[in-house]
Amino acid sequence: MSHAVAEETSTVYAIVAEFDTPEKLMSAAESARKAGFKKMDAYSPFPIHGLSEAIGFKDVKVPFLCFAGGLTGALFGYTLQYYVHVFDYPMNVGGKPLVSLPSMIPVTYEATILFAGLTAFFSMIALNRLPQPYHSIFNTPGFERATQDRFFLAIEAADAHFDAEKVKRFLQDHEPIRVSEVEP
Amino acid sequence: MANKETLNNVLITGENSYASVEDSIGRLILKPQLHQRGWWIFFFIGLAGTGLLGVSITWLVYQGVGIWGNNQPVAWAFDIVNFVWWIGIGHAGTLISAILLLFKQQWRNSINRFAEAMTIFAVMCAGLYPLLHTGRPWVAIFWLFPYPNIMGMWPQFRSALEWDVFAVSTYFTISLVFWFMGLIPDFATMRDRSRNKFGKIAFAILSLGWRGSNQHWHRYEQANMLLAGLSTPLVLSVHTIVSYDFAISTVIGWNVTVFPPYFVAGAVFAGFAMVMNFLIPVRAYYGLKDLVTIRHIDWMCKILLATGMIVFYGYILEVFYGFYSGNVFETALTKDWRFNGPYSGYYWALILCNGIIPQLFWIPKMRTNLLVVWLVSFVVGIGMWLERFVIIPISLTNNYLPASNKMYYPTMWDFMMFGGTIGFFIFLMMLFLRFLPAINIFEMKDLLHKVINDESKVEPTVEAMNSKMNPTPAKEEVPA
Repeated sequence: MSHAVAEETSTVYAIVAEFDTPEKLMSAAESARKAGFKKMDAYSPFPIHGLSEAIGFKDVKVPFLCFAGGLTGALFGYTLQYYVHVFDYPMNVGGKPLVSLPSMIPVTYEATILFAGLTAFFSMIALNRLPQPYHSIFNTPGFERATQDRFFLAIEAADAHFDAEKVKRFLQDHEPIRVSEVEP
Repeated sequence: MANKETLNNVLITGENSYASVEDSIGRLILKPQLHQRGWWIFFFIGLAGTGLLGVSITWLVYQGVGIWGNNQPVAWAFDIVNFVWWIGIGHAGTLISAILLLFKQQWRNSINRFAEAMTIFAVMCAGLYPLLHTGRPWVAIFWLFPYPNIMGMWPQFRSALEWDVFAVSTYFTISLVFWFMGLIPDFATMRDRSRNKFGKIAFAILSLGWRGSNQHWHRYEQANMLLAGLSTPLVLSVHTIVSYDFAISTVIGWNVTVFPPYFVAGAVFAGFAMVMNFLIPVRAYYGLKDLVTIRHIDWMCKILLATGMIVFYGYILEVFYGFYSGNVFETALTKDWRFNGPYSGYYWALILCNGIIPQLFWIPKMRTNLLVVWLVSFVVGIGMWLERFVIIPISLTNNYLPASNKMYYPTMWDFMMFGGTIGFFIFLMMLFLRFLPAINIFEMKDLLHKVINDESKVEPTVEAMNSKMNPTPAKEEVPA
């Protein structure tokens, strides 16, 4: 593993450092980004604000998908009622117009929320590639504490600048509890 | 039950670390021996109630809605009273999980999971009633849901009852999704902590392989905020639409424009009362006093007081409307069926329960006395049921044609079904306490992280893993 080229490092998934506070993880992530690492991820038991910025992760797909879902829902709710009341089953109730807009608002509104909410949930699940029973990161020693009280930073072998030894030395500089080499 | 807990602004009391927070919540699941006699008693009460519900539903389906006391002119009675009561109870959960999240009220973290579970179970109980009120639910499905059927028929979208179908089913779906999404990271925590093989497998499946990566959290937070933003107008719309069932009709006593806001406030009022009715015994029994502090109880009492005042204002406005409208039937309803007459006892009990007794919470001492808080909450629960009783059957007994005025008498089956849903609710709550993390673990850690950074008196000891199985309240030195 002395000559580390990204393509050949199939025996290593990532170099993972374990920290005991979110602050140490933050500063390590921050300097890793400044050092030019792109393919990395942090693992923590609770969301840490500012970590995405520190790690350089930007993603706004969920809100846009949710918005699209809401629009679809509104369109669905409205056209359903329009189709039923105008084309498929027109019914004259007390001489009122077939399209009595105020009475169509509640169903349109609820359909909007239903579709938007479900899209937000399912796009979160799908974009996070869940359900995913196996992932290489689970091979990290002590990783069960990532959902408890430890904070992990993984610099992945897929990164263009990856060099196992250098990465290890780099991570050692940020007061980790331990640094481990993780198999895929 | 110790009534001498100190009131201060620390949301997590005692000496806690990430591990100890997690431990005090997680042990409810991982250590079955914690659920002793108290749990089993309520579990069996709940189980018996569920059986009662099963029996009454079976008999109802076999015999038809004639077994209830509903009849003309009182065609809506216990079933709709209970429907509105249950759905109202659910609203506190959404208020806590969504609205308080948007307002960045961190204190909600320790009660939201619990309240959301209540929402879902209460909506389940609520949904049973209108469905069974149709008499033949399996036939009624095409009245309720718009799907192309061989009869070529569609529901009537101009009807408030159809709006109700959409509102309640959306509410249930979104609440369930919101709740489940919040549980995923906690399932992962339980997966990693569980020593039992079955528990490990079950939690691994439920956690969907959550690994707490920054990408996960990033999208989780986005989806969480979006769902909160969507649930907020949703919860307001649900009870508004429920109130439309009444307000857009021409029935005396129902045709009032104050209904939507007054129903929403009443829902939150009833819901917070129910949260406290459950939470106060649970926190004492399971030693969660450090996580659900007296500060939480105090704030919930204030919300109870505020929403109670809105509800009371609604009652006053109804009386005002009864006289000011100049409609003789409205006046007669207020004077002869509410203030006097055979049902007046229920009306005045309602005013006492919802209008007068909650005013005790103006006194700060009362808000921290757990016994008083519990009793007042219980009374509010009864009061909110009476409110729906006063609005629904009592308004219907009084008609435009005095000859058709007729009293309403519930039957045994009305009471059995109501008792049955209460039992079912208790049953589900007991299962929830036993098998799911009753407090949001990761949000509590997040809160603890913020508490630590706020140079609080709480000293973090991350290494204190398993050192404390039963954190006791530390001596408080700084009451704010």
